[in-house]
Amino acid sequence: MARIIVVTSGKGGVGKTTTSASISTGLAQRGYKTAVIDFDVGLRNLDLIMNCERRVVYDFVNVIQGEATLNQALIRDKRVENLFILPASQTRDKEALTAEGVQKVLDEMSETFDYLVCDSPAGIEHGALMALYHADEAIVVTNPEVSSVRDSDRILGILQSKSRRAEEGREPVKEHLLLTRYNNERVERGEMLSLEDVNDILSISLLGVIPESQAVLNASNQGTPVILEDDSEAGGAYADAVARLLGEERPLRFLDGQKKGFLKRMFGG
Amino acid sequence: MSEPAATATENRACFELRGASQTLTVMELHHFDPDALERDLRDKIRQAPNFFRDLPLVIGLDHYEGNAADLDFFQLIGICRTHSIQVLGVRGGDDDIRRLARNAALAWLPGGQTSAPRPVPDPEQETAENTEESAPETTSTGAGRLVTQPVRSGQQVYAPEGDLIIMAPVGAGAEVLAAGHIHIYGPLRGRALAGVHGDTSASIFCQSLEAELVSVAGHYKISEDLQGDDWRTPARVRLEGDVLTVDPLTR
Repeated sequence: MARIIVVTSGKGGVGKTTTSASISTGLAQRGYKTAVIDFDVGLRNLDLIMNCERRVVYDFVNVIQGEATLNQALIRDKRVENLFILPASQTRDKEALTAEGVQKVLDEMSETFDYLVCDSPAGIEHGALMALYHADEAIVVTNPEVSSVRDSDRILGILQSKSRRAEEGREPVKEHLLLTRYNNERVERGEMLSLEDVNDILSISLLGVIPESQAVLNASNQGTPVILEDDSEAGGAYADAVARLLGEERPLRFLDGQKKGFLKRMFGG
Repeated sequence: MSEPAATATENRACFELRGASQTLTVMELHHFDPDALERDLRDKIRQAPNFFRDLPLVIGLDHYEGNAADLDFFQLIGICRTHSIQVLGVRGGDDDIRRLARNAALAWLPGGQTSAPRPVPDPEQETAENTEESAPETTSTGAGRLVTQPVRSGQQVYAPEGDLIIMAPVGAGAEVLAAGHIHIYGPLRGRALAGVHGDTSASIFCQSLEAELVSVAGHYKISEDLQGDDWRTPARVRLEGDVLTVDPLTR
């Protein structure tokens, strides 16, 4: 039985797809057979970030509608063993995701995979509800700003009431906060909410803090999950987040802003 | 596919009776003057047309001062109908009223505090919010309700009887309502409405007042009016006479 993790936020542009790519890559690196599923039908991006857009033949909707088998649609990642991508359809709309269809596909995948990472679309409409419905765990991606935190609060409420676990009265979905685009200097200048502010409002367990970094943008543009950029702070922070997801204890790193270079430290730059 | 469905339909009773509670708008009638009623109603509707369209309405007679004989329910229904308001029934009043209501094919509800309305600070917003998800899990302790999970944006928690106790934050965009007091052991960032059945002695207690709206028995204040010394401090909101006041909790 696979563990189903939804990566969600409510608000758009906060880093859901970046997070889905890195978390799934991290899980696969640890040896877990992992699939990352793009639920953003009509606006697919995941295949770009995973650098497999040229290998998409069949997609999630084709599988739901029985036009292709799961094995035909799943794309094996070339860099990391055990990692598979199920891309979204660009030409359909989100209504093509039916509850029964999604259930059927996830059930089939559950038999062979250890982790299924569902990359949710923004918003709280049908597509987002489909992505979170089956979740066992949720990674709520939040930027340190008021509107993003508000939307995350909203999506947490929806997780508690509209997920399958809630409907069946089972143990609730395990919620994790992932704070992205964190810039300590801007926090200190009062331009961003601090980690404490966000924790205070959302009060869920912290999975990690990803520093704002040019490396994330570069990696996305090159089609590399940023977790593979070992020497970047963002990559390290994602690796920590994966470790915490697997139950390991890791201290929070990279909270003190940009590391000062050796010379700068010497000469007090 | 069709066969099992057909047998399932045959086996199931064609209806089941269930208890349900619904928040209704009550028109508390003080006296009956068809012309004045028509005029005032039109004024009210102009302020919030969407709220009144096809609104189910109960005529409340707990505060009725006129004679039962003056009450012409047919005329009253007619006036409401011309403004597309649906009169469901009558609440309160004596046996005469009850008979009159029955003659006019209106349901009769016992008077008192059984189905008083929620305060209606902003009718359009109120109706828009009626499509909420179910609230976080709660335990009911006889009269009253205990909530241990955060109440999040878009959620609504309602204690139709007694007090509501919340041992977690109430987020911005969340709404908590109670017939009695509301205790929040955490910050109140959303809306809190105490004494929704008209209990003017109800209070709202919270550890940090950051509310979007607080209301006691229909008297409300919005965030803008709460930005005084008590903002972001432990506070109690209560009704003093007709004025909603905020007091610090610590002294």
